[in-house]
Amino acid sequence: MLKQIEGSHAVAEAVGLCRPQVISAYPITPQTHIVEDLGTMVKAGKIENCEFLLVESEFGALSACIGSSAAGARSYTATASQGMLFMMEAVYNASGMSLPIVMTVGNRAIGAPINIWNDWGDSMSARDAGWIQLFVEDNQQAVDVHIQAFKLAEELCLPVMVCMDGFILTHSYSQVDMPEQGQVDQFLPPFEPRQVLDPAAPLSMGAMVGPEAFTEVRFLAHHKQREALDLIPRHAAEFQSIMGRDSGGLIKEFDCAGAETVIVTMGSVIGTMKEVLAGMREEGHSIGALTIRSFRPFPSEALIEALKDAKRIIVFEKCLAVGMGGIVSMNVRMALQDFPLHVHSVIGGLGGRPITRKNLRRLFEKGLNDQLQETHFHDIDMEIVNRELEREKEQRQSGSIAENILHDVGVVAAAKTI
Amino acid sequence: MVSATFNKIEMKPKEYKSEIKPVWCPGCGHHGVLASVYRAMSELGIQPSDFINISGIGCSSRLPYFVKSYKMHTLHGRAGAVATGTQLARPDLPVVVSGGDGDGFSIGGGHMPHMARKNVNMTYVLMDNGIYGLTKGQSSPTSRREMKAYITPYGGVEEPLNPILYMLTYGATYVGQAFAGNPKMCAALIKGAIEHKGFAYVNIFSQCPTFNKLDTAKFYRGLVEEVPEDHDTSDMENAMRLARRPDGKAPVGLLYQEDRQTLDEAMAGLVELVGGSADYDLKKIIDKNRP
Repeated sequence: MLKQIEGSHAVAEAVGLCRPQVISAYPITPQTHIVEDLGTMVKAGKIENCEFLLVESEFGALSACIGSSAAGARSYTATASQGMLFMMEAVYNASGMSLPIVMTVGNRAIGAPINIWNDWGDSMSARDAGWIQLFVEDNQQAVDVHIQAFKLAEELCLPVMVCMDGFILTHSYSQVDMPEQGQVDQFLPPFEPRQVLDPAAPLSMGAMVGPEAFTEVRFLAHHKQREALDLIPRHAAEFQSIMGRDSGGLIKEFDCAGAETVIVTMGSVIGTMKEVLAGMREEGHSIGALTIRSFRPFPSEALIEALKDAKRIIVFEKCLAVGMGGIVSMNVRMALQDFPLHVHSVIGGLGGRPITRKNLRRLFEKGLNDQLQETHFHDIDMEIVNRELEREKEQRQSGSIAENILHDVGVVAAAKTI
Repeated sequence: MVSATFNKIEMKPKEYKSEIKPVWCPGCGHHGVLASVYRAMSELGIQPSDFINISGIGCSSRLPYFVKSYKMHTLHGRAGAVATGTQLARPDLPVVVSGGDGDGFSIGGGHMPHMARKNVNMTYVLMDNGIYGLTKGQSSPTSRREMKAYITPYGGVEEPLNPILYMLTYGATYVGQAFAGNPKMCAALIKGAIEHKGFAYVNIFSQCPTFNKLDTAKFYRGLVEEVPEDHDTSDMENAMRLARRPDGKAPVGLLYQEDRQTLDEAMAGLVELVGGSADYDLKKIIDKNRP
């Protein structure tokens, strides 16, 4: 059924359709609307046989899901930013214990400095935590991929994170085709847990594992996650056969075949990019795009297949490995290491910096003219950066960087101390 | 009993206002708390740069922005832990945390008993509005069961926490409670807390007219009752009895005060015991690079 709906509300409805049994949450912007809706739906009896827990922290939220999932309940939570970091110990715990929890991450920057706006710093901090990470491009996909996430999690017995851009998706209204309960039931069977709390067959979980077995346990985590590379496209095809929509999958190409230059990215920014690239192609530029939908496991083979004939790859990412450069580009480079391709790394949209058609067009033109720096910071004001560097050189006690820069850009009040 | 040896200055309460105007909703109790902080600072004659104001995340954690002070806006729930570190590094300056019920007793609950039992020489002003305001209205550890929020449309299922009873139990050496609608009492308690040597906890009922429609200013006015004049503030047993709200009334005023060795004193004693000494002078380092 077509609905004009806020992204968060749509995700809450989709999660509700998946018949979760335990939902545990703590409010944090920009995911709060999702769990607020779910809380209301559970209390109103719209989601049957489901318990909703409002806990005392994100650490508590995921920990409660670990407990409920280990007892055999389909379990869900949502978080973002600092909340994600605060629950990090439990993030590793959930995957280490093979618990098929589904968690939405309303992608938001990590502080300090405090920032509530969108980038991928939060999800990226957990990229090696053993969770499957699926990025969505719009709210239709957010709905569809959540439904697929439960199936994937439960078939593999692994936790899945669905990453959606905070505010850009969570708080925007758009048209979404909401699946019917019957369709979701047809796609997602009732949860048959591999691990249940069964007093007739007691077991222990969370045993200490020493050097004698740790490598094998870790290898299996890696091996199991790689199995998702087969399952994700299969699920996407099955989903399409029921819903009639192409949603999910490992990657998505946009006029990528035969293009000399391909922009590789993730998440919602592809929406703006598609418009810019269409214009450039009309002008005769050989340029296309590709989004990575499954960041973990990383779809190396699918990327090779899609990119091997290109001449230039520009990876655009809303995250930064400080001291190294781009994170997604690092992964793309590794996948394409056997091919003579130059992979540019562009960092943009950090902390919600607007990514516009105009500045993207400028960026792509630079790319086509091979004018991008090795690690290129999109739309950065180097004058401000240099001013701070000078200040630090001149004066040991030069103040806090964030507040100095706020002062420089004119937000005097926030930077003022006394 | 002033332990922090800050420089005295003459400033009117309004002179402690920073250039940033409060962003709280009209009618929010936090405005009253802020006015009380200005007043307490003025009465104590604190130089703004000597006043260390640390907060976590939440509406109440915005308070330091509006006060001319040395400030640090830290992580959700961690203000007390950060303040503990700051206090140990600079025992000569008053360290004050301002935060809310969600920040302090929910996500930061793990730190609360330890600041109290360690008797960290600092002040914790908790603005208790019984709701998460910054994330637009979810029930908090001090929400009453009857309170309906979007996430709990039929009310809560958990008993609210009693902040002052909690603090008395864990060993806070100064415990007071007030209502934001009585800035005079709030200011007196905050002033007393800063003057107190040890962990001082001040719980201030501060209505959230936007999201908590149950705990209104009118409700708090009817809820509170001044601590009896003959209450002996060294009587822990009676303080706890009052904190339990006999006859349904929440006591306001100073409930308990005790003189006990503080964490920094205990640590200094330990250094003395083992014959060690700090071989650096922080003041010299600061002076050397002062802009």
